[in-house]
Amino acid sequence: MTSRTRLHLGWWAAAALPLAFLGFFFLWPLATVLVRGLWDGGFDWAGTWAVVVDPRTVDAFVTTAGLATLGMVGSLALGIPCAYVLYRLRWRGQVTVRGIAAVPFVLPTIVVATAFTALLGRSGPLGFLGWDQTVWAIGLAMVFYNTSVVTRIVGGSWASLDPRTADAARTLGANRRQAWRHVTLPALMPAIASAASVVFLFCATSFGVVLVMGGTRINTLETEIWLQVNQFLDMRAAAVLSILQLVFVAGILAVSAWARRRRERVLGNRTVDGTRPINRRDLWVTVPTMTVLGLLLAAPMFTLVSRSLRIPGGWGFDNYAALFTDPPRSVLPVSVWQATLNSLVTAVIAATIATGLGLIVASLLARRGKRAAVLDGFVMLPLGVSAVVVGLGMLLTLNRTVLGVDLRGSWWLVAMAQAVVALPLVVRTLVPPAKAIDPRMKAAAGTLGAGPLRVWTQVEWPMLRRPFGLALGFAFAISLGEFGATSFVARPDRPTLPTAIYRLLGRPGAENLGMAFAAAVLLAVLTASVMMVSERMRTPLGGDL
Amino acid sequence: MSGLQVTDLVVKYGGAHPVTAVDSVSLSVAPGETVALLGPSGCGKSSLLGAVVGIVDVDSGSISWDGDHMTGVPVHQRGFGLVFQDGQLFPHRSVARNVAFGLEMAGVPEPERRERVDELLELVGLAGLGSRPVTDLSGGQRQRVALARSLAPRPRLLALDEPLSALDAELRGRLAVEVRDILAASDTAALVVTHDPAEAEVMASRVLRMREGQLV
Repeated sequence: MTSRTRLHLGWWAAAALPLAFLGFFFLWPLATVLVRGLWDGGFDWAGTWAVVVDPRTVDAFVTTAGLATLGMVGSLALGIPCAYVLYRLRWRGQVTVRGIAAVPFVLPTIVVATAFTALLGRSGPLGFLGWDQTVWAIGLAMVFYNTSVVTRIVGGSWASLDPRTADAARTLGANRRQAWRHVTLPALMPAIASAASVVFLFCATSFGVVLVMGGTRINTLETEIWLQVNQFLDMRAAAVLSILQLVFVAGILAVSAWARRRRERVLGNRTVDGTRPINRRDLWVTVPTMTVLGLLLAAPMFTLVSRSLRIPGGWGFDNYAALFTDPPRSVLPVSVWQATLNSLVTAVIAATIATGLGLIVASLLARRGKRAAVLDGFVMLPLGVSAVVVGLGMLLTLNRTVLGVDLRGSWWLVAMAQAVVALPLVVRTLVPPAKAIDPRMKAAAGTLGAGPLRVWTQVEWPMLRRPFGLALGFAFAISLGEFGATSFVARPDRPTLPTAIYRLLGRPGAENLGMAFAAAVLLAVLTASVMMVSERMRTPLGGDL
Repeated sequence: MSGLQVTDLVVKYGGAHPVTAVDSVSLSVAPGETVALLGPSGCGKSSLLGAVVGIVDVDSGSISWDGDHMTGVPVHQRGFGLVFQDGQLFPHRSVARNVAFGLEMAGVPEPERRERVDELLELVGLAGLGSRPVTDLSGGQRQRVALARSLAPRPRLLALDEPLSALDAELRGRLAVEVRDILAASDTAALVVTHDPAEAEVMASRVLRMREGQLV
């Protein structure tokens, strides 16, 4: 066997583990969904079509597209001025504000949904608006979530835009507004389009927020899948809806890829510092923008915390104390504290698996080539499939005995589902630093007598340690707050913290609502601490998240 | 036949525009001898060097040392060192631990290792700088560390790929003489790739010229 053949075999041997994992816990479940959606003792197009044209489905599809549009427009309307104020202008304290503005994005969906329920629900301080269970409330929560995405993408582009191009337009007789419309806006357009498509995708696959805040009145494709499984027990309809959602998401991704290609073409490789110090004339945009952003961020979170401390006749920590007691069985089979422990255990397992596999994948992708591109595309697949579809697939597929192992309701399936969801983000965090290691440095180690394994342990691993820590933190935080897939595979008697919060929100009684608020605060604090610790691991090459 | 023997070596790069970088080149380097490969950039001299060391795949032809075939031997088992143009020092290791890397790979015990590292730092004029992080060094110092690192495991042959071209002209002239003396002092066979005729004359006892993949 030549050394080249040995190298090929080694590559495939290392790739086998992530491929097998995704094949078993992702591709197989996904294929099952497709088959269940199209097959009923034979190819059953009529049955599929009946679900597609069912008024409930049409309604869910229209709602999904409408809500995503609403969330996208709202996020752009607030995010573009924020990009200007936070990235184009320079002022003291700006970095801190950028950090605060980025917080919502790392919060678990169930926390955001709970916070907006606290604010806009009938008993909330803004309950008089009558926005409870309306698209406006859900749209607002989506804007809360995604403004930071727009701000970061558009801001990054804006900060490196050469201001002299607009100056040139001014010397040619354009007034401020004309210069903005004809020069600056077209230059920003690719970034705006790219941000818009990403936000649209996030909104279209936003499950937890719609499930919690939509109540019985508002259903998107995702919540309709959940309802078909959990209330109507119609797996066939759920599978057909999943196929619709897959097609919808694929369409959004195609548009988004097209927008990104254009963005790269326009940006080129010349970067300039286009920022400038703030001055008095900027106040008319700065003050309103920061006020709206501040209110949007502070109001729900402040209300959530304050209502978690509200008890009959005053204030206290009773809701938090209740987290440690066993609630009535009709509410929750275990204490919230036990659910928190469940969450921590599954998140540790999920994060370990996702980062372990991610590290293998990143090391393999660092050696460029055609097969690397194939592997890259394969591990990114879960990103194009919503967590709800992943969860449904696992429910349909792995609810049986496989190879002598009884998987029915196995609690560790939750960890596997969370690992599938986290893997693409882990890979995206680890691949850039892995690719940044000069192949000639590895060759240098080779000429000094290090075999492939020792090149990895002595050269690659020391340089990937910090990004690995960052990815581990990301994966842990994602798993901790994961709701879409988890809500399908978590056993009712072994809830995770997010599914427990959902259960509490759905039960009548002020004390249950109070506990839900306290539990949401707990989850937010846990997630935020994990993110803060892992952000310390960020290096200049800490991935492109 | 002792030393390095390269016979009818061919290196091709595939892809959209396939090129033959090295077109049936034969050469030899005797033990203790320093040979320079001189040619313009893109003439294939670095590919030839990479193929000899084992980091570039060979299409046909053979490479042998003392009559033993090296073509199928993986890079880490050839016992050939390589000094890169930009050093390629390990940023996570100190100067001494960079120099010690090859010795660690060879399983040399700690006391002996430390002795050898000190000896090499002395040889390249960096005695006492062992505990420095490599990121603190100047360009000239980095190349000295790279040279010491490659020499430490006593390679049978040392390949140097434009070892001085990242440095400024004055330093380059001075270091070329030093490298020649260091190679002579360590009695290592060496193959130096350069585009600078003066440098080739100073460092090597024999100069081979290369153009468009062939020796001329």
